Amino acid sequence: MLDISRRPLPPAASPLDALAGAAKAVPAASLRALPASARLAFRGGERAAGLAGIAFGVELPREACRFNTASGKLALWLGPDEWVLLAPGLDPAPLFEGIEASLGSEPHALVDISSRSVGIELSGARAAFVLNQGCPLDLSTAAFPVGMCTRTIFAKSEIVLIRTAPDAFQIDVWRSFAAYVWGLLEEARREFE
Amino acid sequence: MLIINCPWCGDRPEIEFRYGGEAHIARPADPATLSDEEWAEFLYNRTNPKGRHAERWRHIHGCGRFFNAVRDTVSDFFVATYKPGEPRPDLKETQP
Ligand SMILES: [Zn+2]
Repeated sequence: MLDISRRPLPPAASPLDALAGAAKAVPAASLRALPASARLAFRGGERAAGLAGIAFGVELPREACRFNTASGKLALWLGPDEWVLLAPGLDPAPLFEGIEASLGSEPHALVDISSRSVGIELSGARAAFVLNQGCPLDLSTAAFPVGMCTRTIFAKSEIVLIRTAPDAFQIDVWRSFAAYVWGLLEEARREFE
Repeated sequence: MLIINCPWCGDRPEIEFRYGGEAHIARPADPATLSDEEWAEFLYNRTNPKGRHAERWRHIHGCGRFFNAVRDTVSDFFVATYKPGEPRPDLKETQP
């Protein structure tokens, strides 16, 4: 029988490689394909969330639509018992095992979703304006402050939107939708070339 | 665009939500004891009011939660939203 268990998967190419390489520099709304990141979907109750936060190294936020960050890692609140843990540039396997080990028999769900989506960074003075071409949320800093994150819609694609600075957003989009979202963002920012 | 207040996320645009039918419909505890008419009543027949209607919504492109809302079926105005398990609010005094 063919033994495939020891054959490591080659790192998947980003669907944005070609698009990002051809992107123009537009300082008012700069687009960047983010490097690979470990992504873990976590669901559980209050006690499980506490333990997972300690093991991950970032406390899981209990406030709706907020993220916590520490040493480059992010813990995003997506629902009242649902979080996504982002660790850019890290291998998901040891993170996964560390959290799993700390939880023991505490009921929870932990899934490695690292390959499911890709990250895009949109930054610059007109970043919010460009996002609003496809996203209906109020992106003023009063309604969507730095530190806020949420699942939402961009045109016909679901995205996770994160505001890391007053003029910088991170978008997490399922990889099969990535080129579509990137293309619409490119079109929206053309007026600032 | 219609704005719907998610009990967890706050005011959000309607395209993030999906409708989930009438709220507060309890599944019969012992379906085997029901007549066909009673079972059909549970499955298919809804109040369909002209005016305020308690219904389920899901913030599917947000926090993913189901919640309940009282919506006026004439004006499409959302009178109130509340978490599952909470009773339908008594709204006689509030008028949109
Ligand atoms: Zn919500």
